Amino acid sequence: MASARDFAESAERQDVRRRWALLSPALVIIFFAAVGPLFIMLVYSFLQKGDYGGVRWAFSTDGWFSVFFQRDIFDDTLSFADAHISILWRSVRLSLMTTLFTFLLGFPTAYFIATRPEKSRDIWLFLITIPFWTNLLIRTFAMQEVIRNEGVINTALLWLGIVDQPIQIMYTDKAILFGMLYVYLPLMVLPLYASLEKLDFRLVEAAYDLYATRFQVLRRVIMPLVKPGIIAGSILVFIPSLGAYVTPRVLGGGKNLMLGNLIELQFGQGRNWPLGAALSMTLLALVMVALLIYARQAQSRSLRHG
Amino acid sequence: MTGDIVPEKPVRDAIEVRGVSKIFGAGEGRVAALDDVSVSIRENEFFTLLGPSGCGKTTLLRLIAGFDFPTSGQIMLHGEDIAPLPPFKRPVNTVFQNYALFPHMTVAQNIGFGLEMLGRPKAEIEARVAAMLKLVQMEKLAGRRTSQISGGQQQRVALARALAPAPKVLLLDEPLSALDFKLRKEMQIELKRLQHETGITFIFVTHDQEEALTMSDRIAVMSSGRILQVGGPRDIYDHPAERFVANFIGDTNFLPATVLSSAGGKARVKLASGIEIDAPLPAGFTPGSEVTVVVRPEHARLMREASTLNGTVENVVYFGTDTHFHVALDQGRGFVVRQQNARSGEAGVSAGDRVGIFVGDGAAQVLKD
Amino acid sequence: MASAGEGRGVALRRTGFSVKRQTGFGVIAWLCFFMLYLPILTLVLFSFNADQSMAVWGGFSFRWYESAWHNQTVQDASLRSLQIAFIAAILATVAATMAALATTRGRAFRGEQAAYAMINTPLIVPEIVTATALLIFFASIKVSTGYTGLGYLIAAHTAFCIPFAYLPIRARLESMDLTLETAAGDLYATPWQAFRRITLPLLWPGIIAGLMLAFVISLDDVVITELVKSGGQDTLPTYMLGQLRRIVTPEINAISTVFLLLSVVIVTLFFLLSRQRS
Repeated sequence: MASARDFAESAERQDVRRRWALLSPALVIIFFAAVGPLFIMLVYSFLQKGDYGGVRWAFSTDGWFSVFFQRDIFDDTLSFADAHISILWRSVRLSLMTTLFTFLLGFPTAYFIATRPEKSRDIWLFLITIPFWTNLLIRTFAMQEVIRNEGVINTALLWLGIVDQPIQIMYTDKAILFGMLYVYLPLMVLPLYASLEKLDFRLVEAAYDLYATRFQVLRRVIMPLVKPGIIAGSILVFIPSLGAYVTPRVLGGGKNLMLGNLIELQFGQGRNWPLGAALSMTLLALVMVALLIYARQAQSRSLRHG
Repeated sequence: MTGDIVPEKPVRDAIEVRGVSKIFGAGEGRVAALDDVSVSIRENEFFTLLGPSGCGKTTLLRLIAGFDFPTSGQIMLHGEDIAPLPPFKRPVNTVFQNYALFPHMTVAQNIGFGLEMLGRPKAEIEARVAAMLKLVQMEKLAGRRTSQISGGQQQRVALARALAPAPKVLLLDEPLSALDFKLRKEMQIELKRLQHETGITFIFVTHDQEEALTMSDRIAVMSSGRILQVGGPRDIYDHPAERFVANFIGDTNFLPATVLSSAGGKARVKLASGIEIDAPLPAGFTPGSEVTVVVRPEHARLMREASTLNGTVENVVYFGTDTHFHVALDQGRGFVVRQQNARSGEAGVSAGDRVGIFVGDGAAQVLKD
Repeated sequence: MASAGEGRGVALRRTGFSVKRQTGFGVIAWLCFFMLYLPILTLVLFSFNADQSMAVWGGFSFRWYESAWHNQTVQDASLRSLQIAFIAAILATVAATMAALATTRGRAFRGEQAAYAMINTPLIVPEIVTATALLIFFASIKVSTGYTGLGYLIAAHTAFCIPFAYLPIRARLESMDLTLETAAGDLYATPWQAFRRITLPLLWPGIIAGLMLAFVISLDDVVITELVKSGGQDTLPTYMLGQLRRIVTPEINAISTVFLLLSVVIVTLFFLLSRQRS
């Protein structure tokens, strides 16, 4: 009798071993070339900075300290690191605004696609997917062509006589916002569409039958039903916005930095690796917080409906 | 005893299941899908595992096929323990519930797949595939993709594919459940024919009692991971051993009774109404035991005058071929009588009428519990 | 009551009431599509400009395509981009296929969730964070081994391509009927034969889709490449990033247009593949 059990158990063990073997190449590559170095960076954030970049192997909290504070060179007084705080704030503010605006534009768009006849729906979706898969740098560059002083918008406005001087958009926060709005819009539309596509329009019919107006149907029936898509889309836009590097670098010029550029700066001209590492960790922590909120939401939802 | 034929040659067991248990999960979520099951399936037999969903019938089939391992116990094929054999080394083939036809292959490629895997020569495979196509009358569709044929045709291909390697035992996992009523009736006859022509042992899993009764040589009724009763269709229907079997197969009336005396497998029992009747009695009962007596609706007769049982008609339900009379017995229970609608215009009984119900000798059966 | 209901029904029919309509949504959607394509189309248009200007149209010409074609730096960068993308995409797809097979077959096992999370971390961690972490890690390896070849870029690209390749392959495996493999086993196919004859042929569209996704993702990468590359290892995107700091000519538009075309072709293929379901 015991032999049958032994046999089943050994087959099970063998299966699990085989599956770990199948997983190992992916896990090893990702560990060495993506996840593992994050731990090294955590260590680096607690070291002293080297004179020409790099680190000196001695424990120090200077890196973390200077994320938020700065010490006056002359009288040694402490004050908040205004430059860092303002960059941090700009990153969060612009990311939230990007999320909000992509939603305001993306929701009607996703709804529009989801309510097309089934055959043409795929074509519309394809039109959203194309920009999504084209190079982010090229899209940012294309945006620059549109908003710069000699760009399409200003040329058109001048030609129409609406303005007599080009509007300065490039190298401002507005430019970064436009750029991020442009490059991350598909990331909002796709999950919203996935939710809206599954929407049972008989529920909408039921709401109309019970005297709801169009807006009430939207607010009270459609939006609550596609909330998972709204949250997923917001997360998908917010997280890359927060870590944006290319868009602010190209459209914001040298002045309007975001967190991503500040981090890169520490590994380049700044030559302050521990600070850069600490800033990277701060960004990662912010992302984790956003994800945690998302997971909480998703979990409470599944608890309610599961 | 009723329909059993005496075999000319000694029958061998095709499959013997010895004390098999299958436990899924552990700790709190531990579920025994099979609980110490033992059964012998004879050679050339059409054997059916019958039970509601979740009773363990499919699990038992999967253990025989080798898709799962028993937690304990042995499974013998022609007297040989097949537990260590993976499915691809067992001379057993399966017809799956959803057919599991390979979508990227033609009908002929599907049928030939097993022989190809066994490394048979090409000529042999071709001949065998042709023979199988003929057997299930699908010669014309040999080159079709399996997605391009109807459900009934897919069913035939699945059968042909499983029969092609000439397995010792064919396992059928609710193969007819996806078909509509008319096609199902046709395939029932078809399956019987195939079993007869090929002489292969069929183990058939179903939850449909009618299917089981019409097709099987023997039936094992299962519930909650146990086999409750094994026997021929008549046996199972007329002499259910347990309440579950009686309830699951056909409609049944249950009546409480007391054993008065017993002799030679027959007993005199007293019903709650005070009437005494004769009924076959399983072993292990002594006079005075409280038992349950079952009566099939069609084995009782409705009378205008007082009879074995008495009550008031509550409902008359017309079914076309027959009519069900729901009677409220004077002792407070319900009782259903089924009568065939012989001719039209028969003066019927209607709701509210006082009636008697006659239960003849042999119509009642005492349950084991 | 009945007449009121009827009246409502008639009114609905007359106004052509559609339950799916929301006022203004169509306009916003059209605006969105306009906004998405205006910059791209402008970019493509000016790549054919005969003038050096990127605002004033000076006639149709292929001169910027020619100048890009003859630009040695662009040639090198393009070849390097393709080389990295090819190797990384193939490696990532093989690893992702294996991982997908391990995580979609059989019962859940201890550590499966963790492995799944690990595979997907490159999707979550901001690129600049991974890029700086790799910069630190690879810098120390470069110092200690002296090796400064393309291996670092290939390793980094392979890692962040794996989750992208994994997505469509896993989706394909999950939608595949598991009983097909069971049936193959029942018909005397060994596990390897069942994989070769049943699973793999049915999985191909997913694998190809994964390969193409990985290829595009690798080809598009800027941030990680920019920080990890050694001197003289510019890919096309990092070359362009460097150029944007200077006075740009429509040559950049020409390069972008070709790049765009490549992406569109691959995405179209991907789109057609994922639509073709069994």
